[in-house]
Amino acid sequence: MTAALVKKRQSVSVAAYIALIPMALTVLLAYLGTMLWTARVSVSSSRTFPNSDFVGASQYIRLFNNERWLLSLQNVAVYGLLFIAACLIIGFLLAVFIDQKVMAEGALRTIFLYPYAMSFVATGLIWQWILNPELGIQEVLRKLGFTEAKFDWIVDQDMAIYTIVIATVWQASGLVMALMLSGLRGIDEELWKAARIDGIPRWRVYVSIVLPMLGPSVSTAFVLLFVMVVKVFDSVVAMTQGGPGTASEVPAKFIMDYLFGRANIGLASAASIVLLATVLAIVAPLYYVRTRRADKGI
Amino acid sequence: MATAKPPAGRRRSLAWTPARAGVYAFLIVAALFFLLPLYVMLVTSVKPMEEIRLGTLFALPVKLTLEPWVQAWQSACTGLECEGIRGGFWNSVAIVVPSTILSIAIGAVNGYALSFWRPRGAGVLFAILMMGAFIPVQVMVYPLVRVLAAVDLFSSLPGIVLIHTIFGMPVMTLLFRNYYAALPMELFKAARIDGGGFWRIFLQLMLPMSTPVIVVAVIMQVTGIWNDFLLGLVFAGSEHLPMTVQLNNIINTTTGERLYNVNMAATILTSVVPLALYFISGRWFVRGIASGAVKG
Repeated sequence: MTAALVKKRQSVSVAAYIALIPMALTVLLAYLGTMLWTARVSVSSSRTFPNSDFVGASQYIRLFNNERWLLSLQNVAVYGLLFIAACLIIGFLLAVFIDQKVMAEGALRTIFLYPYAMSFVATGLIWQWILNPELGIQEVLRKLGFTEAKFDWIVDQDMAIYTIVIATVWQASGLVMALMLSGLRGIDEELWKAARIDGIPRWRVYVSIVLPMLGPSVSTAFVLLFVMVVKVFDSVVAMTQGGPGTASEVPAKFIMDYLFGRANIGLASAASIVLLATVLAIVAPLYYVRTRRADKGI
Repeated sequence: MATAKPPAGRRRSLAWTPARAGVYAFLIVAALFFLLPLYVMLVTSVKPMEEIRLGTLFALPVKLTLEPWVQAWQSACTGLECEGIRGGFWNSVAIVVPSTILSIAIGAVNGYALSFWRPRGAGVLFAILMMGAFIPVQVMVYPLVRVLAAVDLFSSLPGIVLIHTIFGMPVMTLLFRNYYAALPMELFKAARIDGGGFWRIFLQLMLPMSTPVIVVAVIMQVTGIWNDFLLGLVFAGSEHLPMTVQLNNIINTTTGERLYNVNMAATILTSVVPLALYFISGRWFVRGIASGAVKG
């Protein structure tokens, strides 16, 4: 290698370093820096303004004695289980049925996926309107003669969280369908021929052979849905504003309220760190498995 | 890809059997459920309030009116101001255009540097960046507010653009990195031997080859940023509130009677841009979702 070429290589690699400065700043300041800052504030007595004292775990103790926080955790657990299960089941069924060489496949796919293009706010507002007991479905049922019909979940303390499940499942199950469908289309033709020769019923093939083969699509869908669960905020604000009372409170909304409304950033930071730990505990192992598989070329 | 035709001969038979009827029954019922909200939204938005008060949610309008749309656009009240949602529309445009361009530009340069130049330490940076996609926004929001306030960017258009760029960086970088990683290394080596430098190879060779991935990136960013609510609510400031935030304000403004027809018209107006993009781009949209599997 000539000296000129060596010199050239060094000078261009400087350009590569310079090009990555925005990424480096983002990682260091916006991601790592904010995480450390929030972690630090979570062990201080900060209220309206950040303090630099150290109060140990007392914000965390207060947090887990806060009924609203406990309720929000309970809500997000119920919400998350139902939302993820419903999206995966509906999405998988839609994909399987669409995969039966049906007419108007393109139109059906478009119909099932269009809600995903819309914002959570818009989706929440539409469903708020449909579920509204005075003018929505309940009233329609009553007009049809079912005068005792009752469908007032959105204003019912015990049921409000389920209305958010309905709205968000409507929005996101098309996404699962799209992912599963591309998985199904990747399955080898030979499999179906072999199954037919062996006389195995189609539903059996789907459940016992195809579903396990869709592992990567399922895990992608799961990660996307899980991230949506942790982030659930917009749809709650749009549909119930956390109500009635605090019945449909969720962690993301709890934190935003305490950060900006109730000026208790110490408590809100502790809550954020709890949320972060939960996310990492669930996503990190999945991600690790996926990258290891990718490395091995599986 | 979801749009690929299934290979022929996969299905047992296409004859009209009860099972076949069942398949269609399921799909039709499902399609009706998915279309129902769109239908309700559309008919509500063209009904006068008198008809809505009757509680005939699914009925077609007796007296068709476009008045709610006009009101939603130019005179509905968001909080104290009654200038409709048009301000929010233009705010969203003003946020989406620079945010999309900037985040794609940075994502493309990152992906290019990571795939071909691999400077020392870049791998670690990238790994942390990917982790960043999973950090709940709440962890970052308050410190970022303080940082932006300190540099006088909080509640400003450049501020919200910067925020969208920061939050879009993981997915954009991943998207471009994967795309460039699939290109032959020989191409890059040849350009090096011809004396191309970092920027020249990027601008003259890589960028012109990147059209397909740029299309996907544009769809993802425009949809994502247009639909954002939380970041706009916190960072945009009252002068630049995006359409989603104004929409929520219109509907949850508690003074006077709720104008459901105006509300629904405003909701449709807010969804027009991402829906149009979805209907026009079709399979590219699906491709974007599949590659955005890591999006936070």
